[in-house]
This record gives sequence, structure tokens and C-alpha cells, in this order.
Amino acid sequence: MLDLGRLGFSEEQADLLEVASRFCRERSPISKVRSLMLEETGFDADLWTEIAELGWLGIAIPEAYGGSGLTLAETVPIVEQMGRRLLASPFVPTTLAAQALLAGGTEAQKEAFLPRIAQGARATLALAEPDGDWRLEQMTSLAEERPDGRIALRGEKRFVLDAGAAEILIVSVRHRGEPQLAVLEASDLPAGALRREIVIDETRRSFALSLDGVVISASALCDPARVRAALDHVHLSANLLSAAEMSGGTLAAIEYTVDYAKTRKQFGKLIGSYQAVKHPLVDAYVRYEQARSHLYSAANCFSEQGAGEVAVRMARIQTETIFAHAADRSIQFHGGFGFTYDCDAQLYRRRALWNASQNGDAIYHRRRLASLIF
Amino acid sequence: MTTTADPKDLKAFAADADAWFRENVVADPGFMLPLTFMEVGTDQQFHFLRDWQNKVYEAGYLGASWPKEYGGGGLPQAFQAEATRAMRRHNGPIMLNAIGLNWTGPLLLDMGSEEHRKRFIRGILSAEDIWCQGFSEPENGSDLGNAQTRAVRDGDSFVINGSKIWTTLGRYARYMILLARTDPDASRKYDGLSFFLAPMKIAGVETRPIRKLTGEHGFTQTFFTDARIPANDLIGTEGGGWKVAMRTLEYERGARGGQAGGYVSVDTDAFAVLDLARSMMRDGAPALEDPAIRDRMLDFIMEIQSQTLCRQRLAIEPLNAERPSALPLSSKLIGTEFVRRINEFAVTLTGMKGGYYVGEPEAINAGLWPRAYLNAFSATIGGGTSQIQHNIIGEHVLGLPKS
Ligand SMILES: Cc1cc2nc3c(=O)[nH]c(=O)nc-3n(C[C@H](O)[C@H](O)[C@H](O)COP(=O)(O)OP(=O)(O)OC[C@H]3O[C@@H](n4cnc5c(N)ncnc54)[C@H](O)[C@@H]3O)c2cc1C
Repeated sequence: MLDLGRLGFSEEQADLLEVASRFCRERSPISKVRSLMLEETGFDADLWTEIAELGWLGIAIPEAYGGSGLTLAETVPIVEQMGRRLLASPFVPTTLAAQALLAGGTEAQKEAFLPRIAQGARATLALAEPDGDWRLEQMTSLAEERPDGRIALRGEKRFVLDAGAAEILIVSVRHRGEPQLAVLEASDLPAGALRREIVIDETRRSFALSLDGVVISASALCDPARVRAALDHVHLSANLLSAAEMSGGTLAAIEYTVDYAKTRKQFGKLIGSYQAVKHPLVDAYVRYEQARSHLYSAANCFSEQGAGEVAVRMARIQTETIFAHAADRSIQFHGGFGFTYDCDAQLYRRRALWNASQNGDAIYHRRRLASLIF
Repeated sequence: MTTTADPKDLKAFAADADAWFRENVVADPGFMLPLTFMEVGTDQQFHFLRDWQNKVYEAGYLGASWPKEYGGGGLPQAFQAEATRAMRRHNGPIMLNAIGLNWTGPLLLDMGSEEHRKRFIRGILSAEDIWCQGFSEPENGSDLGNAQTRAVRDGDSFVINGSKIWTTLGRYARYMILLARTDPDASRKYDGLSFFLAPMKIAGVETRPIRKLTGEHGFTQTFFTDARIPANDLIGTEGGGWKVAMRTLEYERGARGGQAGGYVSVDTDAFAVLDLARSMMRDGAPALEDPAIRDRMLDFIMEIQSQTLCRQRLAIEPLNAERPSALPLSSKLIGTEFVRRINEFAVTLTGMKGGYYVGEPEAINAGLWPRAYLNAFSATIGGGTSQIQHNIIGEHVLGLPKS
């Protein structure tokens, strides 16, 4: 019978879950989330320094490159707790950029960039393009040799997370007809290359990037033989971490609604005593717990051939579906208040819409999953 | 119980169990076997399953981890788990005496007197003493705390009057766990109840079979007319029956461990349904190639995996720290509703032949799917309905106000 994955939980995961759960709760109260939404960078630079000092950026980086040599599975409880508290930071794009380097970078690139990231250099990935296709190897941006041996880039990227604050950008391009990745420093970008996009999740910062006029040295290109595998790895990594964020977000949306149902009275009774409110909340909660089991199965099996991909896609489908539903019901069960900007239900609903839009939505993953298991 | 296993040699025990079930499971007894203990309807089924349970017990593969002095095997829990796995692997028939094995037995080991354990445990395991449960009444089902069957003390007996209903195995049972009202004037309805270990084969107890939605006879209505039961055969205190009943339901719903082992209903195998989706033709192609069918099938595969993962998660304490009762209290709701829906889907997969029923020679899998679907309601209604499970989870796990 096909291996669909199984649960397991390391001691490191348990420790990180405990620490991250306290850290995110204390450092990202909703008032802070809302004040950061108004700021240009969208995150707290001091908090970022603390995250770097905690060593979280090096978790999934091998010791040889200045990390702690654990795996992406150990970042899952952290990202889950960040998602639960809507903690804004470039942690996810930076972690994913490190994964791209590990999977596709040359030895020289890994030695140059991974220790910097482990120390707190912010990094991001520029993979998507204006056509909005989730297939990462479909890029049309180009890398072309110039007569002087340097490489000129050309094309447009979209949804580049936290690019405004990134020191390192990894860009996908077509080079000699094949998918390729180029590692850029922020200083390689001409003025005006970045434009902040207006996105539905106001806790996020996302940018459009124009590559026209960017010139890099040939050594900025990754190992062409490993780029396709690196893109697959990034796709699955991004979905694992997105599932983690959504798992945390779902619990927050449910708890927020449950709290309201315990305090708001109508017809002389708490609204949570009405089964038309209570039973859908229970359904959402029960499905959340199931989705969370899928998340930790995906983390546990992530590096396995076969089961890893199945488990990640399942986790992504389950968490996306339940996050959307829980946040949608959160708006409804807050009544008129639910329709306001002040009600946090909109934060969760907008976040769920954003996450669904990135890295393939549930319908996309369902098709992929079906072809894996049928 | 005859075998004496070495408590240090789990591997040898597992190998023996595997060989024993391979040899002793009868693939086809020549008549339809029930999928769950609630489905037992004919004497033929009853006697076959009683003999089977007795045989498994005598071989040492049931109650292997219950205490030796009462008739168990005295081995660590892992031994019984191996035996149960072997039973599953070889598709052994279900254990018949479910109410004894899964709830009365653990309850006696947990809260019963020494005398009760000595008197009842062995008969539960050997299937000599079949147990039934007298909780529901015609007028009080979900509102179990309002049970009105009366128990009036008279010397060293209680005299019982009233009626219980939907009594699974009621026709065959020698004993009943009975919730009855000893104090009709208690200020809280819950405080007037007591919990009895009541004999069934006595004067004043009468059972009448009830025909189920499948057309077969199954559970009974049980009538008590001045039935006298010994005053000692009570668990907990007089007036303390509600607490015992609640504990019983925890065993029944699988929210608390300690059961004798084996299984009392056949799991629906999502992968068997997948095979069905591959083999049934729909519009000229295997049903699984229909995108709508494929998508629904995918959901069922994910759901079964959800349940497997949640079971594995029970053992991972840090992942249950915030709400430890969440998974145990939700497993009944999730499991029973899943079984109902996947069997309904399986009927759909059989297309035009979904119109056939058990007994029709051309019915797919001898009518298993429609029969399993109709019988699935036994678990979404029995043991506390799914609606009541929602209330329980909402109130006890999420802390929502009572309905
Ligand atoms: C196959 C089978 C075997 C059984 N075996 C036994 C047995 O061995 N011993 C025994 O004692 N009982 C047994 N039962 C009985 C079972 O426990 C009851 O049927 C069940 O608790 C529901 O009670 P009821 O039938 O009176 O339905 P009711 O309580 O009348 O319920 C009718 C409907 O109303 C809903 N409802 C009721 N109250 C609420 C509420 N507060 N909120 C929302 N919805 C509500 C229910 O969910 C249900 O849908 C068995 C039942 C079945 C189907």
C-alpha cells in the first residue's frame, strides 16, 4: 500500500514549539501586529535581530555553513506559532532562500551566503512572474551573456516577499534556454527596480521586481544541473511552511471566535450556547486538529522520497481549506462587528486568501496529489 | 485461558498469534457475518461469534493484558496489541461480547469491588456471560440523565420497574449494566441515579426484539416488572450512578483505554473502496477516471489518513498539551461519521447496481456497501448521537456555554 506519511516529533521540535509559542505570544500581540501594518517595512528590526540571535535562521542550515544542522521540520513549530500570532517578519522568505541555495547553489555560493543568512542577513526569492503561473520552471525572464562576460538580466518578477528589506535575492531566469537561478545582492538592483505591491494581507510586504538593467557576474549563477531539483525543493518547502502558518492561523481564528461566543449575548443567552454557532465551531476545530496532524506528518516525512511530497500536499490542502473556512465563519459569527476593520476576523480571512494564492492553491495540489496516489 | 507466554518475549508471542489466526480464522462460515456487534441478528450468527470469541480467549489472544487473578493473561499491553493486530491481519470475525469487553470489564477493573471482578471478568472474556447496556429509555435517550426506570430498595434487593430500549444483544444477555432511578426526589436529576449489574434471566425481566432499518431483528426493548436484583450488585454508591455512567461512556467512546482487546466492528477499508472505484465502470471507463469521483475519493483517502495520524498523535504529548482531551473526545464523532459517509459513497460507486440489496445474487460484494451504510447509523446514533458529540466537544474542549 502507498506510504502516505506518518507522525513523529523530535525533541528539538518539542523544545522549539515551547519557546516559539511563548516568544510569539509575548512579542506579537495583536496591537503590535496592527501597528506594524502601518509601517513601510512591515516588521520590527529589533525583533528580527532577536530571532537571529535565537539561532532560528540557521536551524535548517548545515553546521559546515554556520547553521545548527537540523532540518526544515524543526522550523515548522516556529512558523506555526508565528502564523498563530500573525507575527510579521521575513523569516519564511529568508528560510526558503537558504533552502534554494542549499539545493541549487554552487559550493562557493553556499560558503558565501549561508553563513550570512544564519547570522541574520535577510534574503528572499523572486520566482513568480506577471502571468501568475505557479509552475516555477515556466519563467520567461532571461539571463544573457554580454560581450564582457558578465550576465545581463531582463524580465519581470512578482510577489517577491520583503524584497525592500532583503540583502540577498534569488531570482529565477531562463539561461541558454534552461531554468536557472541567480543570486543577487540588493546593491545589484538599479534604483526603482522594486515597487511595493498592494496585497490583501496587510501584514505582508510584497514587491514587483524589474530585472531590466541588472548586470551580474557569471559566478552569481547557480549550478545548472541542480536547478530543476532546487525549484521542486523550494516549491515543497514553501508549501510546508505555508501549511505551518495556516495551521497556526486557523487556531487563532477559532479561538478568537470562541472567545466572542463566550461573551456576546443575544436573546438573553450567550451566542455560543446556540447550536447554529456552536456546532460549526466544533466542526472547524475538529478539522483543524486533523489538519495539524497532517502538518506534523509532512514535517516528519519531508525529506523522504515519495511520502514527503504526498504528506506536504495533503497538509497544504487540509490547512488551506480549514483556515479559509474558520476565518470565513469568524466574520459571520461576529455579526455587524465582523464586518468592521477593527474586528480581527478580517486579518485572518485576508491572510488565508493570501496564503491560498501563493505556491499553488488547494485545487492545484489536489490534482498533483491525485496523480501521486491513484 | 491456556497459553502461558513469556512476558519478555513479545516477538515470539506475536509470531504465535499470527500463526494461530492464520490457521483458525474461518474465511466463510456459509452465512453472512455481522460487521459490528450491534448487527448480530440471528441465532446462527450469535452462536458462531460466541464460539469464536471463546476460542480466541482460550488461545490467549483476548484479555491478554487483563490481570491473571480474574482470568486475564497478566501480560503487558503490547502483547494484546500484537494479538489484535494479528486478528486484523487475518480478517478474524468480530468479538461478540462488546459491552462486556469494552466497557463493563474496564469499568469493573477500574471501579468495581474485588468480588465483582472475581465473579464477572472471566465470563466476559470467555463469552459465557453476554452483557448488555440498559441506559436509553423510550422517553429519555440523549437526555440520559433523565432516565426514569425505578429501583426501590426492599431489604437486600432492589425492585426494578420500567423499560429500557434499543438494548443491543438484549435477547442473549445474561447481565445488564443498568442505570435506574433510586431517588426520584433528588434536587438534581443526575443525583437520583444508581448503576446496577443486573441479571437478565430472572422473573420480571422480559425482552422484545425490534426490527431494524435493514429488515433484520436486532436490539430489543427490555421490560422490568417488579424484577428483584441483589442490592450488592451496584457500582459506586446509591445515588452516585451518573458518575459511573459517564465513566462507562468514556470507555464506550474510546476516550479512555483499558479494553480487553480485539475489535467489535470491522473497519471500513478506504482502500477497498478505492479498489471499487477502479473496478466499477461508469460511462465506459473506470469510475476513478471520472474527475468528480476522483476528487471525492481523494477526500476519503485524506480523511482516513487524518484519523491514522490523529491516533499516532495521541502518543506525542507536546502536540496535545493545550487541549489534551481534544483528540480523545472527537474520535467517536469523526470515526463514525466517516464510516457512514464512505459507505454511502461506495454505494454511489456501484452505479446502477447500487439498487441491489443483500440476497440478490448480482449485488456487488454481496450487498456489503448498502448494508454497511445502513448499519453505520448504529454508531452515529448509538453511544451518544453526533449532535450530542458536538455539544460535548464544544462545551468540554472549547469551553462554550451549555446549549
Ligand atoms: C444500533 C443502536 C444500538 C443501541 N444500543 C444501545 C444499547 O445497547 N443500550 C442503550 O442503552 N442504548 C442503545 N442505543 C440507544 C442510543 O444510545 C440512543 O438512541 C441515543 O442516545 C439517542 O437517543 P434517542 O434514540 O432517544 O434519540 P433522541 O435523544 O430523541 O434524539 C433525536 C434527535 O434529536 C437530536 N438531539 C437530541 N438532543 C439534542 C440536543 N441537546 N442537541 C442537539 N440535538 C439533539 C439527536 O441528535 C437526534 O438526532 C442504541 C442505538 C442504536 C441506534
